[in-house]
Order: sequence, then structure tokens, then C-alpha cells
Amino acid sequence: MDYAAVIGIEVLNAIATLLLTSIGLAIVFGMMRVINLAHGEFIMIGGYAAITATSAGINIWISMLIVAPLVVGAVGAVVERCVIRHLYGRMVDTMLATWGLSLLLVGAVTLIFGNTTVGLSSPLGSFAIGGYQVSSYTAFIGAVAIGVTVGLYALLKGTRFGLIARGVMQNPQMAAALGVSPPRIYSVTFTLGAALAGLAGGVLAPITGVVPTIGVAYVAKSFITVIGGGASVLAGTLSASGLFGTVNQLASFATTPVIGEVALLMVAVVLVRLLPQGITGRFFRGRL
Amino acid sequence: MSKHIPLVATLVLGLAAIFVLPAFVEAFTLMELMVYVIMSILALSLGFVWGYGGILCFGQSAFFGLGAYTYAIAAINFGESTAAVGLAIAVPALFALALGYFTFFGRISDVYFGVITLTVTLILFNLVNSTAGEQYRIGSAPLGGFNGIPSIPTLNIPGMPDRVLDPQSLFIVCVILLMLVYLGLRWLLSSHFGRVVVAIRENEKRADLLGYDSRKYKLVTFAIGGGIAGLAGCLFANWGAFTSPTVFSLAQSAQVIIWIIVGGYGTLLGPVVGCFLVQWLTSYAGTLSAINPSLLLGAVLIAFVLLLPRGLVPLLQTAFVRWYPRLLSIKRQPDKAEARDALDRIPLAGTEP
Repeated sequence: MDYAAVIGIEVLNAIATLLLTSIGLAIVFGMMRVINLAHGEFIMIGGYAAITATSAGINIWISMLIVAPLVVGAVGAVVERCVIRHLYGRMVDTMLATWGLSLLLVGAVTLIFGNTTVGLSSPLGSFAIGGYQVSSYTAFIGAVAIGVTVGLYALLKGTRFGLIARGVMQNPQMAAALGVSPPRIYSVTFTLGAALAGLAGGVLAPITGVVPTIGVAYVAKSFITVIGGGASVLAGTLSASGLFGTVNQLASFATTPVIGEVALLMVAVVLVRLLPQGITGRFFRGRL
Repeated sequence: MSKHIPLVATLVLGLAAIFVLPAFVEAFTLMELMVYVIMSILALSLGFVWGYGGILCFGQSAFFGLGAYTYAIAAINFGESTAAVGLAIAVPALFALALGYFTFFGRISDVYFGVITLTVTLILFNLVNSTAGEQYRIGSAPLGGFNGIPSIPTLNIPGMPDRVLDPQSLFIVCVILLMLVYLGLRWLLSSHFGRVVVAIRENEKRADLLGYDSRKYKLVTFAIGGGIAGLAGCLFANWGAFTSPTVFSLAQSAQVIIWIIVGGYGTLLGPVVGCFLVQWLTSYAGTLSAINPSLLLGAVLIAFVLLLPRGLVPLLQTAFVRWYPRLLSIKRQPDKAEARDALDRIPLAGTEP
């Protein structure tokens, strides 16, 4: 029974991690049809920002939850202005340019911080379920994932910005005719997506440690989750990370983490083959 | 005559490489050049599949790696390289056929196809990476996991397992194979099949409506590309007598795409030029401690996508076509307007007063 509870917690943890790392990419893809392959590097920079800020004496919670998203959001704004803006509507070119960006960022960060793993000690202790110890930090990650989801839902459904953003997403020409400037909305959206990637990087830094090449580990999985989820930002990412996270953890528990990873990827391939429009192309249509 | 320029140029360059380089160049440089030649074959495979077939494959390294591993395993088991080379081409081609059947016949295109090929590459990388240990072996070949497979028997003269090629001969074989692949692809593209493939890239629906089953053509294109990438992998395993899971890595796939973007999408010369240039640039940057190779590659890729999306070769071709006649001061063909004026000046019979 205790073992089942531990597995359940681990599954939830995998889902929350996947959700956090892909939500930024999902927003950018869902709103702008742009696939940002430098997303993993945004997460990596978030991790470095949190670690640097903490070692500079800033409270660890502030550096993870506030400094990391701010820094990466700023990076995202610059990237949008310099690269992405010139390539709207050219999906493949955007992917290639952001791939180049990802290499560039890896190189730049290696130059600055060196090619070693930097860690941050996990700030919370652990609690016991029967004979098993579970890190309390897991619960914190779950809480952040829930917070991000609820916050985004509120932002998109409840505010004027959300209304305009959804309008631009549905029909940019019509929105422009009504006096909205789509490029400005895109730039805000991209910055928001980058900031969420930074948040994920900051929050995950104590668990994984950070190394310049860590982005690759995230970007492929996030990319698959976003495409698997389909066009709806929240429903898609939630359902896809739910499916993939569960498969990954259960297969890992049954066999090895490598097989768990392979199982996730297999499920993704089959899913994209069966539902090329993603989960939300068939189910939960028209949701956010 | 101008039709044969590429053929003649290829033969001249290739023969020069075969006869001059091994005799005059140091062994170290020759080995480095051999990597460029092998990678050019890999670049050509994606240059064909993506540049002409319009199929953006993010996992060309899957076939490259399969070729390398197939060759390694087969050569260790057989002790003779001829059949191993055949298998190293056939296995990736069949794998591409299976993967292509799975995707093209499900009408999966562009980004979604990219995701699937990327994912398959990751699966292979993960699987091969985790096969460390004695229990993972195929025949007498241990897979070695992240350590890779060392001391692979290299190419021998067909039928004579103890006559192993020395590095100079291996270099010549690589150059000849690169020439064969290049000329073979040129021939294929000028055939009926090649024209249909390009038509499908230009407008898939129109080609379908004209009665060509685009799925089949894409499938064959993809399988040919897979086989060529497998050949490159096989040669790469020969180059160092070693292969490791990095042949499957995303970085490897990314490199191929960068070569094509730099050299020129939609040409066959472009991928080769891009491959040589970028690899030379990378190894040059590796000798400078101030610049990180990955930083440089990234900057190059961004610059090309933003500023020169067509790549170097098409750019030079345009410039060449514009300037070549003037340089040689060849007499220009009169263009249409001039011809019309000339006609107007000819008095027509019967109009004379």
C-alpha cells in the first residue's frame, strides 16, 4: 500500500515536471505556431540564474520563483526582437534558427560558467510514507505546476490581455482590423513562454543540477509533449503530460529508467501517427 | 556541353583527390579529409531527401548510426567486410522503408514527421546507450553500450579477409563512393522518377491529382536516403575502426541540417560544400581557445537562416550566371525586344509602295 502511494507520488511528480517544462513551449506554439528549439536552453539559463542569484545571497525561493523567470523572460524578449520576429509564418525556418540559437546559448553559457555541473541544495526536507522517505520538494513542484496552470487559465480567460491573445490566436487579421497589433501580442506571448521556461529551470535546478548541455534532455520531451497535446495550450499540455508522465514512470518502475524513457517515446510516436493533430485535435476540442 | 560540366568537374576533382592527395598530404590531414568525405556522403543523403524530396528528417543520424552499428556487428561476426557493407546499406534502407510506411501512409507531414524522426533517433540512442554489459551481444559482437564497439575489422579486398585496406586506399574508396553517390543522385534526379519527386515537393496535391501516388514516391526517396546515410555510417565505422552511440545523437542530426542550410537547400553540390566548410570551420574553431565551436556553429546557422536562407551554392550560381558571360565577353543572345525591333526593320514583301 505504501509502495503504491510512493509510485503514485512519483507518477504525479513526473507529470508535474513534464507539464512545467513544456508549458512555455506550448504557449508559444499554440499562440504563434512557432516551435522554439532553444526552449531547453531557456530552461538551462533559468537554472543558472537561480543558482547564481542564490550564491549572490538572494533568498533561494525568490531566486527560483522570481529571478529565474525575469532573467529568462528578458532573454526571450531579446530573442523575439532579433530572430523570431523576422521569421513569422515560416515554421521550418524558425525551427532551424532556434536550433542555431540553442547551440549558440550552449556555447555562450559554457564560456561563462564552464562545462561542469553546478548544484543547488534542495531546500526542503523529506517526509515518510510507511517505510519510504519522500522528498517534500516533490510536493512543491506539484504545487508550482498547479499554480502555473491555474494562473495561465485565469490570465487567458479572465483578463483583457487573455481575451486579445485568444483573439489573435484565432484570427490575427481580424484582430489587426479591430485595432490590435499582433506583433506586440506575439512578443509578449514569447516573453511569457520564455519566462515560464525560466521558472521551470529555476524550480528544477535543485533536483537535476545544471550543466550547459542539459537543455537537450528537456527540449525533445517538451517538443513531443506539445505536439502530442495538439493546438489547445492548457488542455493539450495537461493531457499529454498526464499520459506521457504516467507511461514513463510506470515503465521505469517495472523495468529501468532507460526503458521508461523509450516507452514514453514509443507512445509518442504511436500517438502522433494515430492523432496527427494531437490529443486535443480529437478530444477536448475548442478548449483552452 | 554545359550539361556535362558537373560530370566533368566531378571526375576531375575526384581523380585529383585520388591521385594527388594520398601522395602529398600528411597522414593526419588525410584522415581529417576522409571524415569530410564520409560526412559529405551523409550530407548528400539528407540533401536528396530534404532538398529534393521535401521531407525534413530530423533523424538522419538514425540511419547513419544504424549503418555504423550494422557494419560493426556484421564485420565482427563474419570476419569479412564485403557482406557487412551490403548489410550496412540494406538495414538502414529497410528501416527507412518501415518508418516511411508508418508515417507517409498515415499522411503525416512536415513538423509532425520531424517529431517522429527525432523521437525514433532518441529511442535508438537511449537503447544503444544502455546496452553496456556482457549480456548484450549479437553473435560474437558485444554492443558495449556507451563505450561503443572498439577494434572493428576494417574494409578488406572482397573475398580476401586478410588483405585489409590501408588508410590511403580507404581514402580512395571513400572518394570514389562519394563521386558515385553524387553522380548517381544526379542521374536519378534527371530521370522520370526524380522529376516526379521534385514535382511532389513543389505541390503534393497537384502531383496526386495528376495520378502519381506521392506516398510511394516519398517512401522510395526516404529509403534511398536511408541507404546512403547507412553507407556513410559504415565508412565512418571503418575510419576509426570504432563506433559509439554518439553516431545516433541529436547533435549529429543537427550538423547535417546545418551543412545543408549553409551549402544550399535544393542542390547536390551545396550539402558537400557546406559539409566541408562547416567541418573545417569547426575544427579551426576547436584550435582557438577563445571561441567555443558550438557558439560559432549556432551563430553561423542563425546568420544563414536570417540572411542567406538559400545557402552559398545557389547564391554563387546566380552570381556566376550573371557575371560569367561578361567575364568571358561572350556575345549575348539578343533578347526578345531586340529581336522584335530587328524584325520590324525588315521590310515585308508587298508593303513597298
